[in-house]
Amino acid sequence: MTLRLSAALVDEIRRAGELAYPSECCGVLAGRAGAVKEVVKLVPVINRRTDDPHRYLIAPDDLRQVEAGLRATGLEVLGCYHSHPDHPAAPSAFDTDQAWPWYSYIIVRVDRGGAAELASWVLHDDRSAMSPEQVDVLSEV
Amino acid sequence: MSVTVAIPTPLRPFTAGHDSIELAGDTVGQVLDGLLAAHTGLKRHLVQEDGRLRNFVSLYLNETDIRHLASTATPVRPGDVLTIVPSIAGGSPATADTKAGLSHTEMLRYSRHLLLPEVGVSGQRKLKAARVLTVGAGGLGSPLSLYLAAAGVGTIGIVDFDVVDLTNLQRQIVHGTSTLGRSKLDSAEERLTDLNPNVRIERHETRLTSQNALEILGEYDIVVDGTDNFPTRYLVNDACVLLGKPNVYGSIFRFEGQASLFYAAQGPCYRCLYSEPPPPGLVPSCAEGGVLGVLPGIIGSIQALETIKWIIGAGSSLLGRLLLFDALKLRFRELELRKDPACPLCGPHPSIHELIDYEAFCGIGAEPAYNGPEITAEELQREMGEKGDLVLIDVREPHEWDIVHIEGARLIPLNQLPERVAELDGHAEIVTHCHHGARSMKALEILKGAGFGRVRSLAGGIDAWAERVDTGMARY
Repeated sequence: MTLRLSAALVDEIRRAGELAYPSECCGVLAGRAGAVKEVVKLVPVINRRTDDPHRYLIAPDDLRQVEAGLRATGLEVLGCYHSHPDHPAAPSAFDTDQAWPWYSYIIVRVDRGGAAELASWVLHDDRSAMSPEQVDVLSEV
Repeated sequence: MSVTVAIPTPLRPFTAGHDSIELAGDTVGQVLDGLLAAHTGLKRHLVQEDGRLRNFVSLYLNETDIRHLASTATPVRPGDVLTIVPSIAGGSPATADTKAGLSHTEMLRYSRHLLLPEVGVSGQRKLKAARVLTVGAGGLGSPLSLYLAAAGVGTIGIVDFDVVDLTNLQRQIVHGTSTLGRSKLDSAEERLTDLNPNVRIERHETRLTSQNALEILGEYDIVVDGTDNFPTRYLVNDACVLLGKPNVYGSIFRFEGQASLFYAAQGPCYRCLYSEPPPPGLVPSCAEGGVLGVLPGIIGSIQALETIKWIIGAGSSLLGRLLLFDALKLRFRELELRKDPACPLCGPHPSIHELIDYEAFCGIGAEPAYNGPEITAEELQREMGEKGDLVLIDVREPHEWDIVHIEGARLIPLNQLPERVAELDGHAEIVTHCHHGARSMKALEILKGAGFGRVRSLAGGIDAWAERVDTGMARY
């Protein structure tokens, strides 16, 4: 499936990654899923992993709260975003191990504090790997 | 009445799109078993091999996490709602546990290493903990970085600021046709991460200079020199000596290669071997003189070998030995290298205590010996049309002439020119050309010295002609 989001949201993710550097940022992609997944807004979430700067965790309670907040607006959770400080925007073995199917996992690379490339990944149904998915970035009109 | 199981969006592809499913059962565990039996595709996402829930799967009975109740033994009543709630986790590979043991997949990946007593688990862990810098992602850097990544070197830094060009692919095997035009760092990182995702690639997209070398090299345990020019080679050597780091050296030219290990604390450095660079222009680069594509594969692999041996501490290294390889004769020779007591860098009385200007040291940037009049490719085309008597002399080698040549040009290789000037008409208007313009300028100097007055050199050589005038002509 294609993931669609505005250039402003892409910038927001990149900024979040830069702000969190050298730790990882994380948050939820909220939007509508039809023929494509359309991200409408980002919901930043507190990273519950404090023991290791190279890990992030969106806790189930936090996710339930986000979902409850979205329900009124008709939006749902489409996936999440997180940053890879000084590491490629590709899933680590741990990312794949922990991934849910169907969700889009946007990863932004942050090199020495500056956001670099960004890509979105989806888990294979057999959990063997994650593949990049098409990301359509809409520029503001 | 039964229990309602609420299915989160990511799992609905496995429940035929249903967002809730009615199931019977007395405990959470029974309901869950019923769910997995009815929708087998859910199983691998929710439970581990041993049947326990995956750590990122939470179950809420009504509003309470079952971990706060009696877990899967928690009794359920008709009308209860059991909600599957994801927790979302991940992270980059650079975790604090890189120095810890090897994961099961790593054990399998490095199985052929682990079978060697000289490597074993401890050697493999040393490789994982090692930080290696490769200077250059070109001919030598390609096999070198591929083998280091495959071997499981934990962190590989790469210094390069070039982009992948079609002429690189004859030997630079870390790059590919699909990465033409992209930065060599991007291209190499993609390939190396694909080869071994456990490896952390650190990018240094910059020219190595006297200003940044100590900072960049200082972050690594061992430096591998894959450069193609003298200023950078001296810079890498000097920085390694000043920082007390080993320097795995390799160089290639046409059909011949060299390799050694320089480590001033225990043996010679590059300056003990070559105290001064050759005069500029004497030793052509690969771009000028050519190189057999497989040669950097052999020398770069030897550098990878020496690096790995150094890390795991196996065998005897090339320290104090210069290995010479002749590809045409297929012969390896070895020279003994000793530390030069008069070495200005690593000797007992050094005169060099900091990095210097290496371009100046290698005589680069100095005024060229001769600077005669030039003609652009466009001007040449116009004048060839207007003047029938313009003489165009191609001073390249015959095998280059065979690749491409300009119609109407006359081949007189530069080294034959002094004895063949008599063949030329002293009153004619002459234009000399070569591949890129350097040899052509030398030809001009010879002709001027022989008394020819009306001579010019084609700026940029036949390459400029092929690029801007005869665009149907092949470039090389």
